[in-house]
Amino acid sequence: MSSEAGSKQMLTVDATEAVAMVAHKTNEVIAIYPITPSTPMGEFSDQWSAQNKPNIWGTVPLVVEMQSEGGAAGTVHGALQTGSLTTTFTCSQGLLLMIPNMYKIAGELTSTVFHVSARALAAQGLSIYGDHQDVMAVRQTGWAMLCSNSVQEAHDFALISQAATLETRIPFVHFFDGFRTSHEVNKILPLTEEQMRSMMSQELVAEHRRRGLNPERPFIRGTAQNPDVYFQGRESTNAIYNTVAASVQKSMDEFAKLTGRAYKLYEYFGAADADRVIVVMGSAVETVQETVKALNAKGEKTGVLAVRLYRPFDATAFVGAIPASVKKVAVLDRTKEPGSQGEPLFLDVVSAAAELGRKFDFISGGRYGLSSKEFTPAMTKAIFDNLASASPKKEFTVGINDDVTHLSLSYDPSFNTEDPKSVRCLFYGVGSDGTVGANKNSIKIIGEETDNHAQGYFFYDSKKSGGLTVSHLRFGPNPIRAPYLIEHASFVACHAESFLEKVDMLKNASTGAVFLLNTTWSKDEIWAKLPTEVQSQIIAKQLKFYVIDAYQVAKDTGMGNRTNTVMQTCFFAISGVLEKDEAIAQIKKAIKKTYGKRGEAVVQQNFNAVDKSVENLFQVQVPGTVTADHSRPAAVPKSAPEFVQNVLGPMIAFNGDELPVSSIPMDGTYPLGTTAFEKRNFALEIPEWDPSICIQCAKCALVCPHAVIRVKLAKPEVLEKAPADFKKVPAKFFKEFPGHDFALQVSPEDCTGCSLCVEACPARNKTDSSKRAINMVPVHPILEKEKINWEYFLSIPEMDRTQINPNNVKNSQLLQPLFEFSGACAGCGETPYIKLVTQMFGDRMHIANATGCSSIYGGNLPTTPYTKNKEGRGPAWSNSLFEDNAEFGLGMRLSLDKQEEYAKELVKKFADVLGDELVTALLTAEQKTELGLSEQRKRVEILKSKIAGDNSPAAKDLKELADNLVRRSVWIFGGDGWAYDIGYGGLDHVLSTGRNVNVLVLDTEVYSNTGGQASKSTPTGAVAKFAANGKGFPKKDMGLIAMAYGYVYVARIAMGANDAHTVKVLQEAEAFDGPSLILAYSHCIAHGFPIEKGLEQQKLAVQTGHWPLYRYNPGARLGW
Amino acid sequence: MANISTSYLGLTLGSPLVASASPLSKKLENVVKLEEAGIGAIVVYSLFEEQIIHEQADRDHFLSRGSNAHPEAQAYFPDLGSYNLEPDRYLAHLSAIRKAVKLPVIGSLNGVTRGGWTEWARRIEETGVNALELNVYSIPTDPVVDGVSVENQVVDLVAEVVGKVGIPVSVKLSPFYSSIPHLVSRIGSAGAKGVVLFNRFLQPDLDPENLSVLSAAKLSDSSDLSLPLRWTAILSGRVAPQIALSGGVATGRDLLKALLAGAQVGQVASAILSQGSDVVGRMLTELGEWMDEQEYESVDQLRGSMSQKKVADPAAFERAQYMRALTSLDDRFV
Repeated sequence: MSSEAGSKQMLTVDATEAVAMVAHKTNEVIAIYPITPSTPMGEFSDQWSAQNKPNIWGTVPLVVEMQSEGGAAGTVHGALQTGSLTTTFTCSQGLLLMIPNMYKIAGELTSTVFHVSARALAAQGLSIYGDHQDVMAVRQTGWAMLCSNSVQEAHDFALISQAATLETRIPFVHFFDGFRTSHEVNKILPLTEEQMRSMMSQELVAEHRRRGLNPERPFIRGTAQNPDVYFQGRESTNAIYNTVAASVQKSMDEFAKLTGRAYKLYEYFGAADADRVIVVMGSAVETVQETVKALNAKGEKTGVLAVRLYRPFDATAFVGAIPASVKKVAVLDRTKEPGSQGEPLFLDVVSAAAELGRKFDFISGGRYGLSSKEFTPAMTKAIFDNLASASPKKEFTVGINDDVTHLSLSYDPSFNTEDPKSVRCLFYGVGSDGTVGANKNSIKIIGEETDNHAQGYFFYDSKKSGGLTVSHLRFGPNPIRAPYLIEHASFVACHAESFLEKVDMLKNASTGAVFLLNTTWSKDEIWAKLPTEVQSQIIAKQLKFYVIDAYQVAKDTGMGNRTNTVMQTCFFAISGVLEKDEAIAQIKKAIKKTYGKRGEAVVQQNFNAVDKSVENLFQVQVPGTVTADHSRPAAVPKSAPEFVQNVLGPMIAFNGDELPVSSIPMDGTYPLGTTAFEKRNFALEIPEWDPSICIQCAKCALVCPHAVIRVKLAKPEVLEKAPADFKKVPAKFFKEFPGHDFALQVSPEDCTGCSLCVEACPARNKTDSSKRAINMVPVHPILEKEKINWEYFLSIPEMDRTQINPNNVKNSQLLQPLFEFSGACAGCGETPYIKLVTQMFGDRMHIANATGCSSIYGGNLPTTPYTKNKEGRGPAWSNSLFEDNAEFGLGMRLSLDKQEEYAKELVKKFADVLGDELVTALLTAEQKTELGLSEQRKRVEILKSKIAGDNSPAAKDLKELADNLVRRSVWIFGGDGWAYDIGYGGLDHVLSTGRNVNVLVLDTEVYSNTGGQASKSTPTGAVAKFAANGKGFPKKDMGLIAMAYGYVYVARIAMGANDAHTVKVLQEAEAFDGPSLILAYSHCIAHGFPIEKGLEQQKLAVQTGHWPLYRYNPGARLGW
Repeated sequence: MANISTSYLGLTLGSPLVASASPLSKKLENVVKLEEAGIGAIVVYSLFEEQIIHEQADRDHFLSRGSNAHPEAQAYFPDLGSYNLEPDRYLAHLSAIRKAVKLPVIGSLNGVTRGGWTEWARRIEETGVNALELNVYSIPTDPVVDGVSVENQVVDLVAEVVGKVGIPVSVKLSPFYSSIPHLVSRIGSAGAKGVVLFNRFLQPDLDPENLSVLSAAKLSDSSDLSLPLRWTAILSGRVAPQIALSGGVATGRDLLKALLAGAQVGQVASAILSQGSDVVGRMLTELGEWMDEQEYESVDQLRGSMSQKKVADPAAFERAQYMRALTSLDDRFV
């Protein structure tokens, strides 16, 4: 490989690109649907077809986006049945949706490859990260399963599986680890078109075509079969399955002749006389290989058997690959099958050994790496140590601390196998600062312009604004086989100084490493600003400490807030990876290559940033002693509840890996209101209120996506103890509250600095028309006083809901939001709607939330933005899946309706105890107003107290169900990807049932969460992912379709265009005693325009007729 | 009828009336109609420096913003490498015009600073147009920038653009420079073959209701002619670049005055925008009839015959005219 490494043919790509390169070249029809982390494979395919890039036969593959993975599988099935070479890309829930078709495709002996970036399944919680749960759920479908262990293998096996499926007629799942392999950037030798052509037999392609349906020589396939022959039919393909393993090996051998890269179905690495072997598949193979090398160098006798062909499992080849000397085996599964005798690979190994009479002294089965949990050489060593121990664990886990069933192996984290010749670098960046992009560029520079190998892997937290990214980069003269995070770095860069107060990033710095910090403090000032922990590590590890004010350099060179080029230049200047001048020249070359097509101005701007960077980079003279005046603050305040302190706190501090099993809720249940404890403090500017010109319209509070602007009214005497700086004025615009003061307060630590509030403010300063009643100001000068003011504001009693008529915008903002401080993007266009709904109905609402942005900012750990009021009431929220959300919400409604009905029946049974008056009131209560609801709650309390002493079964039931006598509001939240596409069938049915559910579609007109793919809501001509050439057809008119029922309340709203209309619609829809569909225009980062102009965009959308506002209320006509 | 053909920037024109840069040229059929009506040449609407730079920056922004920030979304737009942006469309449009008509076609580039965007001058030339008009519309707002710097910036820009192309370049100026003759001389020395006097200086307005600034273009009419006419007369015969008079040429008589003052051609846009392309024919007829009546043989013969150098009363273009004009007010109102 080292000679290849020097070749200019080498590419640095991730596995999604490496796989798509082959799939696009070797197929004619590609059906796609976005799902993380397989989405980029579809995106590349769509993009390349948009650019008219042909396949190896010279024709451009037809790429079509479907409404779901189920739809994609059906389309693939159809295209295969008419003889086209067809593929798709998916994983996780998407793969599950393909299962029905997979049985069909296999049963019909149809050649195809599905490329799967293997991912976890939603169980107690959803996870987008990698493991083998999804592929293990299709192992019974009759598909061959080929696993690749690295980026190069993923590229190669994409072709080998394509060749093998044509030869065997058995469809293939080609899978590789989601994120760890799919998103790892590594240096590969790409296949040439000629090599691909050589592997794709024209005769086999022709046979595939001839098997397709054709009226010129018609037949039928897909019959229904009776008991007489179905069974025989199922057995008829046995002989073919028996040949698959040999065929795959034959393809691998042909491939080796063409490329020099030889693979075996079951490949052994390690001592020829090993006594202990680990059996594993996926990226962990490389980790185990490296560990085996290190252990054997110390005299141990270990080995690893890589499983590449998992189905059909060739027991003979598998057993034959294990050296005769092996006595003990550990089989690793990256999946979980609760209640089983062992995980699937373990059982296969046990069965193969038994069948072939291969005796081992000991076989153990272990689980590792679920949801991309780290799997390191240290853990591998622990597995070998377990095998060697006197009483090894038969069933084990590794990588976690299982303090409940004590299955986990302990390990020594200091053990490592890093190549001493490699340079290992860690970069801590903010999501929006371009750090990851710049690092991908650096990898390309080093990987493609030098003889060095390069590897990059990127960690992201789950926040969409101000989130942390950590780039793990390795460079070195030898191929890099280390699919795990860096723990021993020679270079650590912190691209945002605020992270020093939150993350222990120097724990992974080696002694003598270089530490680069982007800071607004100078080289002479910075030392005094560092927390104790950072100072002491810099001294103890003798770090070479450099600073640069990249914000200023970026600003001065017109780069705005993108500090990436500046920090990249500094990295090259001081990391020692390349000689400095060569590095600068290479950066400029890379800039020209990356940005050349974007124009000279962009290139020049980046060049300027490069030139200015080095001259603003300074080394800090590190004192010999720690002089810090503060320690790193705790992740959550001491006042937080125990669970928040002990469980969520470590997660917030990026130490969740250390939490033991016993600390994690078993059934995925978590408390509300926990974002309030996670002070993220990343806005550089926050809004400041100018009460002197404020007209108290509360529009700023309404549009605030993160609920950090609040308003309250209170009697002056209530506010007597307000801090001196606390701002309040007479509530002269609230005529219905005479004698009250009006207070508006910003939460300075939760604000994201989006400035939507300023855009929404209608008031203008009379002496300076650029100023409004709320203006962005630098956060630091006012942070401390505003923290105090915010604390005080929270202590002011919430207003009595029964006294507020939320019929207008400003009154609606007097209600407490029960959705706050979410991790949504700064300036999000969706969250203001959600927040408003929780203000109006949050204390009695159920939410069924489709998977997507709203489920991520609404329900991604560690913290939860949904919260409770002082009575302890708040939204009861759950996410089922992406595709079933309407049905999920309907289920809630039916359940609540049934419980209410039963409770009413019981109330009647207890009429004697309760009294006729209370019974009648309970059963017929008007609950359309807050007053009505409040009265009913009081009646329910009376009911409960009257039957408190009765322990009969009926009384117990009534006590449990009595709360259902208070009107519940069922809401179904989701984006347009759900409502228009994947969930449309279910949504349509739910609307047709006439049940009282309120559907809020947060319509961004693209799949926002997965990166802006077109949906059926995307307007004509819009350029989006999966519509790279512009969307060819108009937006689907969901409102019109729903109105056709005649009994569905339908409205289109756009808060930025008409907020009063929005408030009115929400009220009407909720009051309507039937299904409501609210389509809410939500500006989004995926639209491209500056998000702070989102409200203006909403206005324009309405004014231009793109998004007409309307209300269709059949209530009066129907008498509902 | 008299011979009204002439030359401008070394190009042969059927008439001394040139359609100046305006939205008219956005439609190919308008250009064809103008040619049929007898226009001598057409300056196509401008490609702006800001447009070039901002479209590049926007493309970069769209492709970069939000990218690599979240595990589920590596980027939000497909990066196709090349996009059909306005500057590309402009070039395609120039090519289409060049192919559709026989008259000289002049591309227009509008900007103030030197830099990578001037590369577009070369790209404009590659479309086959016959000349390039460089519109320098600068608003110096910085109190520390002196007049010499402002003029140097213009001259440097002209030199840079001239250096990039082989076709003749004319420069469209605003009237607000401290020494127009000096500046025009320097522009000539920098390689420009012509100057266009003047740019329409479109002023912003204020909206008191919304406390916002309004931008609206007002069409010119004959009353706007006097400013460019004066400077044309003053510069004619004194500076090397040919002069195209622009602003207030609404009738054949206005065009005649421009020529008499020394303009090589008159440029017209507002009259065509408000009256349609037929106005071109009417203006040229009016010019021809006057020349026939006065027995002029060609526009070259009459050109500059009333320039400052050639009029009987040169002071009429200087302070004396100002004093006389003020005095005439006294006569009327005092």
